[in-house]
Amino acid sequence: MSFNSHKLLQKQKKNILELWMKNQLADEGLREDLISNEDLRAQSEELISSLVNNLTSDDMEDLDGDNWNPVIEILGGIAITRARQGFSPRETGRFVFSLKDALLTVLQKEIADAKTLFEESSKISRVMDNLSIITFETFIKGREEVILRQTDEIAEISTPVIRVWDGILALPIIGTLDSSRTQIVMENLLQEIVETGSSIAILDISGVPAVDSLVAQHLIKTVSATRLMGAECIISGIRPEIAQTVVHLGIDLSNIITKASLATALAYAFKVLRLEVKRTTITKN
Amino acid sequence: MDKIPILRMGNFLLVTIQVDLYDRLALNLEADLVQMVSKTNARGVLIDISAVSIVDSFMGRIIGNIASMSKIMDAETVVVGMQPAVAITLIELGLPLKGVHTALNVERGMDLLKSMIGTTEEEPEEEQDDDYLTE
Repeated sequence: MSFNSHKLLQKQKKNILELWMKNQLADEGLREDLISNEDLRAQSEELISSLVNNLTSDDMEDLDGDNWNPVIEILGGIAITRARQGFSPRETGRFVFSLKDALLTVLQKEIADAKTLFEESSKISRVMDNLSIITFETFIKGREEVILRQTDEIAEISTPVIRVWDGILALPIIGTLDSSRTQIVMENLLQEIVETGSSIAILDISGVPAVDSLVAQHLIKTVSATRLMGAECIISGIRPEIAQTVVHLGIDLSNIITKASLATALAYAFKVLRLEVKRTTITKN
Repeated sequence: MDKIPILRMGNFLLVTIQVDLYDRLALNLEADLVQMVSKTNARGVLIDISAVSIVDSFMGRIIGNIASMSKIMDAETVVVGMQPAVAITLIELGLPLKGVHTALNVERGMDLLKSMIGTTEEEPEEEQDDDYLTE
């Protein structure tokens, strides 16, 4: 750089930090519930020192350069932490933009010549804009990671295999059945059949919002796999609308035992296992 | 050359596959088994595949073949102890093994065979029971 704005900025590091902190603290969107002032200050200080060191380089506008890595790393770390802590995009954006404000204010104070001031300011602006874009990219990536983790968790907890009776398993399915979910359901069910030695499994689909040909295909697969294991699979919870769509789509479920409700499926299972449920006559105790 | 032993238990033949089947071995088993069925006049064949962890479409077909062959020689085939992974693989390969009876373990397979042979030889017992077993 022809003009020594980096030296100036290095000298003014303290000032910038103070100014930046003031900007941040003045902001109404400051989340004291999520991050303490000390932590915020430490984060800001780390970022500023790394940033000011890098401003010395000539390739200031080439953010792909190796010497920018430390800054990007720090910024990325902050963005990811904020994404996880539940900061809004606006609050994360303010964090970077308020630094730009602080830098520009300092430049304005120190540089008298209008032309130099404009040149330096636009340079700093460009760098800071690039850094903001990186922050946002990382922030969104962090959020996506959170979403992915939650999806995994939902898939994990949404397929419980319940042992309703000795030798009878029930598996209520809630939500849409897609290929990956069917795979999990199938694996869990078959594993449980082996572990408990059950001979009947009831697949309750009353929580499945819609059945199309693909879902039906998955159901048929699950039933066939259960049969291969040597157990019998009953599908229960077929609502009138589902029966309508299945027939309209021309899906053949005639090879599968289907029952209207879990109760009737259980009654059928009892019959197959030759069990009987009886009302006892009241005896005095 | 390895050979899969075929044991005779009364009216039934018991085959326990303890190794992973390779093609040659499976073909030999198929040939040996039909020979044994005709020699012993067996009424049922029980194949335990609980130790088999890998199957391919060929193996699925061999099992289906054995069942169909035994069927026309008047013997029922029951496959027992299939592992979950094996079952899923067969389904994904599009081999639901129709016509093959299945059971969870050897004990239940034996019960199933006994009741099947029993119902064909004697009077049919219960209507519903019959339905369940031939499902």
